[in-house]
Amino acid sequence: MEDTRKSADSGEMNAVPERTQKKKKEKRKRDVEQEGDGMFSINEKLSDRGDSDSEDSVYSGLQDSGSDSDDDDDDDEAQDDNLKDGDSGRTEEYDHDSSDEEDIRNTVGNIPMEWYKDFPHIGYDLDGKKIYKPIRNKDELDEFLEKMDNPDYWRTVTDKQTGSDIILSDEQVELVKRLQRGQFGDVSFDEYQPWVDFFTKDVMLHPVTNRPADKRSFIPSLIEKEKVSKLVHAIKMGWIKPRQGKDDSRGHYYDLWGNEDSSLLARHRMHLPAPKTPLPGHQESYNPPPEYLFTDEEQALWEQQDPSDRKLPFVPRKFSSLRQVPAFPRFIHERFERCLDLYLCPRQRKMRVNVNPEDLIPKLPKPKDLQPFPTTQSLVYEGHSSLVRSISVSPSGQWLASGSDDGSVRFWEVSSSRCVKVVQVGRAVKTVCWNPNPSVCLLAVALESLVFILSPSLADREVVSASERLLAGQQEAVPTDVAGPVTWVDSEKEEHNHGIRLKIQHPKPVQQVVWHTKGDYLAAVMPDHSSHQQVFIHQLSRRRSQNPFRRNKGLVQCVSFHPIRPYFFVATQRSIRIYNLVKQEMSKKLQANSKWISSMAVHPGGDHVICASYDCRLSWFDLDLSTKPYKMLRHHKKAVRSVAYHRLYPLFASASDDGSVIVCHGTVYNDLLQNPLIVPVKVLKGHVITHDLGVLDVTFHPTQPWIFSSGADATIRLFT
Amino acid sequence: MGGLQKKKFESGSATNYITRNKARKKLQLSLPDFRRLCILKGIYPHEPKHKKKVNKGSTAPRTFYLLKDIRFLLHEPIVGKFRQYKVFVRKLKKAYGKTEYSAVERLKDNKPTYKLDHIVKERYPTFIDALRDIEDALCMCFLFSTFARTGKCHVQTIQLCRRLTVEWMNYVVASRALRKVFISIKGIYYQAEVMGQLITWLVPYQFSHDHPTDVDYRVMATFTEFYTTLLGFINFRLYHSLNLVYPPKIDSETVQELKCENDEDYALNSESYLEKLSALSASLARATSAVDEDDVQLDHFPVDEEDFEKMEAREKEQKQQEAHKKIFEGLKFFLNREVPRESLAFVIRCFGGEVSWDKSVCIGSPYDVTDETITHHIVDRPSIDKPYINRYYIQPQWVYDCVNARVLLPVEDYFIGVTLPPHLSPFVEETDGDYVPPEKLKMMALQRGEKPAEENDESEEEEEEDEEEEAAEEEDDGEDEEDEVEEKNLKKLEEQRSKGKSLQVKVTPGKLKVENRARLEQEEKAEEKRLAIMMMKKREKYLYDKIMFGKKRKVREANKLAEKRKAHDDAEKAKKKRARK
Repeated sequence: MEDTRKSADSGEMNAVPERTQKKKKEKRKRDVEQEGDGMFSINEKLSDRGDSDSEDSVYSGLQDSGSDSDDDDDDDEAQDDNLKDGDSGRTEEYDHDSSDEEDIRNTVGNIPMEWYKDFPHIGYDLDGKKIYKPIRNKDELDEFLEKMDNPDYWRTVTDKQTGSDIILSDEQVELVKRLQRGQFGDVSFDEYQPWVDFFTKDVMLHPVTNRPADKRSFIPSLIEKEKVSKLVHAIKMGWIKPRQGKDDSRGHYYDLWGNEDSSLLARHRMHLPAPKTPLPGHQESYNPPPEYLFTDEEQALWEQQDPSDRKLPFVPRKFSSLRQVPAFPRFIHERFERCLDLYLCPRQRKMRVNVNPEDLIPKLPKPKDLQPFPTTQSLVYEGHSSLVRSISVSPSGQWLASGSDDGSVRFWEVSSSRCVKVVQVGRAVKTVCWNPNPSVCLLAVALESLVFILSPSLADREVVSASERLLAGQQEAVPTDVAGPVTWVDSEKEEHNHGIRLKIQHPKPVQQVVWHTKGDYLAAVMPDHSSHQQVFIHQLSRRRSQNPFRRNKGLVQCVSFHPIRPYFFVATQRSIRIYNLVKQEMSKKLQANSKWISSMAVHPGGDHVICASYDCRLSWFDLDLSTKPYKMLRHHKKAVRSVAYHRLYPLFASASDDGSVIVCHGTVYNDLLQNPLIVPVKVLKGHVITHDLGVLDVTFHPTQPWIFSSGADATIRLFT
Repeated sequence: MGGLQKKKFESGSATNYITRNKARKKLQLSLPDFRRLCILKGIYPHEPKHKKKVNKGSTAPRTFYLLKDIRFLLHEPIVGKFRQYKVFVRKLKKAYGKTEYSAVERLKDNKPTYKLDHIVKERYPTFIDALRDIEDALCMCFLFSTFARTGKCHVQTIQLCRRLTVEWMNYVVASRALRKVFISIKGIYYQAEVMGQLITWLVPYQFSHDHPTDVDYRVMATFTEFYTTLLGFINFRLYHSLNLVYPPKIDSETVQELKCENDEDYALNSESYLEKLSALSASLARATSAVDEDDVQLDHFPVDEEDFEKMEAREKEQKQQEAHKKIFEGLKFFLNREVPRESLAFVIRCFGGEVSWDKSVCIGSPYDVTDETITHHIVDRPSIDKPYINRYYIQPQWVYDCVNARVLLPVEDYFIGVTLPPHLSPFVEETDGDYVPPEKLKMMALQRGEKPAEENDESEEEEEEDEEEEAAEEEDDGEDEEDEVEEKNLKKLEEQRSKGKSLQVKVTPGKLKVENRARLEQEEKAEEKRLAIMMMKKREKYLYDKIMFGKKRKVREANKLAEKRKAHDDAEKAKKKRARK
């Protein structure tokens, strides 16, 4: 302080060094104080106020500079002060200092003031009394209000040490600003002094320095040379390219296809162009016809569906005028999806089948040209009370025999549908089969393990007597054949009256009986997995039975005699074996290609066999051709139960559980090279499906193109 | 067995295909670069015939490219450019990192660019090939030209797209190539016939887009990059085929007319030029003096009688087309502020009409509202304040419907405030069996030159339809019914018989059973067919069933639409009646 005053005295000339000196001093002082404390901290030094200048605090510093400027202003006062003692000067100074903050200085020392956060006081004064925090109950709102109202708010500062607010004076604010700008606190201090003007605008006689020019100013620079050579090398190597002129080649177009050499590469031939987007239909219109708009249900369905399942990717909407049409929200999406399709979607050339469905239908001869065949249902034979398992027509074609689950065998007159005779056998009848020999009138009936031979006496007396004679002839042979699993028994009196003549007792339930064409032999089937006694062949005239097979070759389903030659057909589950009865060997095995054969029929010519299976198929075998089916027919929807050939006409029929009988025309040519012609000609419906069973048996009339069918609805129907 | 053992998957289809990742590795490209390359070069994955063979026994879903395609990409100069660009980006980053701004400047000046001209030529060896594939390009450019100039893509791209689309529209106007227009909820479809190729494109409505977040704009931008190049070259060629100057210039006479009006409104001359072009009101400058090409006559060749008929038909068609092109000739339109100007101006100009609009809407309106010679004023608001007497005030749909119907439709249905008739898609071509909306039938009658009959026509049609339906139903039922009837008769007979003589026997007069010959024949045929179908082979049967299923579904849908329509019409009628009462 004193120095400054001196300088003020001594005048402007030596002001600068003086000030620098003072600055140094001040700096030193500050350094000293900074060691000890931060701002506002009043230590033990405080007692000796002389040392701790007012620069102890920011405010004091401010005060100081303020006083400095004051000093400059009124020199006279300063001179007075100058005379006085240092102490007195100090007191003088404190007189000037109007703030009494020193008196309430805090003695806690240089500690974080947060420690006193929870206490009502903030420290202790010199006397050791608590300094209480000023009562502040300002909340945010008050703070804000004050901010708005108080014009001096911006210059109000809180003294952390004492907790009181201090309003800065103009000078102090100015000082803060100067310090913030990085200027000296002292306004009058000129840091650029002294200014020696070396060069003048006048040309001087002598040079300022007399140093000779460097050598390097006369020789080319090596560094530069190196740099240039590097650049040259880079240009040569093409690393640095000359600056390109900006050519806007994007918008420049010319005749690209001017010289159309049109060299089609293989690539272009292999190219699969992307399919075009489909053109919009009426439903996409902004004003579509009303029928294209969604109903509520359709709308709900559309919303429920997965986007990929929807038929339309949008909901049709109707706007009454063009101005109401909004932007389509998925427009960019759709474009983007198209882009994705174009470059991501795998493409494949697919041959589109453009077939007229009519061309697929095979050209067959018209059914009209293949007449006669049964077309309409003409008679229904009713009388049975349960499902009719089996029917058979007499060789004369006049009578029809039927066996039913109600335990009766009925005889009908074909032409009138009248039931002529009922024979109660007591148990469910499996099969009835009329002797094909026209000179006798006999019927074989299979029920459980018995086979009955009935003589219904429904013919001329001669025929009846002939059949009786046939049975009587057997009687003589009876005693010769006692042993064996099969026993032949003559019927008792009452049964005899019913017409039952013979009973053949088998070891197991009989499923099927079949006559040989001559009418003397009779084959019976007893399906059984474990036994080799599945088939018996009985000779009626000699009352003899024999088991032709020594081994079990599978579950036998049905058997049949060859109509002309001594062959025997045995159908097991999946194949048909043909045995030569004379040579006693197997001659052929037919593969049916089906799961489970149900029945089989042999063509009257003997060269063709059809077999039906439970998996809805019908296979036609040509025995001369192959052991595989010549044709598989899948006409029926459900299991096929029975098949039959007509004896004279080229017809065959199949009956199925779906309640229909399908009549097919099957011409067989004598020419071996020509394959048989198979044409379905009629679907006959009439039977009612009961218990999931439809038609159970089917058989042709021996002479007329008529067909009989028996069903699970306990009726027999005649189609003519 | 001699010879080396053959290993699996070392020959045949397994070696003809390559998976995407392998292809990428072979080309040494990153996935985005590979994608870009595929888009630009038009390389797409192929679906192999035997996927398992190609996939070396695995059934994992993979995309396969043809190995030949990928080999072909190996020699593409653009791949080199991609790598250069990668290096450029790296250098730039480095320069920024070192804050060497001069280096940044230099690098930016030498930014590697590439051209796509050779790719266009390579992908489309002839002009017609290019023209065939232009639909997607047009759609994309029209979409990009409606984007706002901020955000999603470069401003230059948007401007270029706008320029190219305006050029395209001008070409279509100049060549009168437009054929069909359709206002859909997505936007407006246009179909033009350019050099014998039918080209359809979709223009979105003029609204700002709500940019979706799940769309990769880089992919779209790459496509647009290629499409703009393609479209530019096509435009060039098309303009030259019409002897027009490219880039298009407005005819000098019209330029002067336009100039005197409002030159000050636009800061940039080029900007105003594009605007004037897009106004579509001015004719374009021709390179050589205009030759009338419209009067190309079909030369007559000596031909056979059969061909003669064909030729006559062709001539007739051409005449019709000529008439169609001039459908608005002599009409003067004025567009009110609220109607979509560009679309309508484009359509009207394409068909020879004169069109103008409010000055505030767009530059280059040739005449004012007050012009007395205006014949049609297109308005899309419920009412108008100050109507002029000598002009029709119609809704915009009239213009589009006229174009699609190829005749000037009666104006009455399109007046202000009238409920508009439905707007039908001109792209639907009904084959027999399809559902045809009654409006379309009416329009077809109009085209044939018949006078629009009153509502009788409609009702008749409906009746006919109904009859047809009934007939179809009957066919199905007929056979069963007859059988049933017979059975019933039989049953009755039997019942009577079983009941015996004790019951009173009634004799009722028998009814003469009328045998419908035609019907019987039909039935017979149907049965024949059914039987023949039974004899079909399994594979053919499957195919047949499939085809028939499709057909039946079609019929079902048509019936459903007809039913809906009928219900709607009935409801309308009932409403009317109620209103009358």
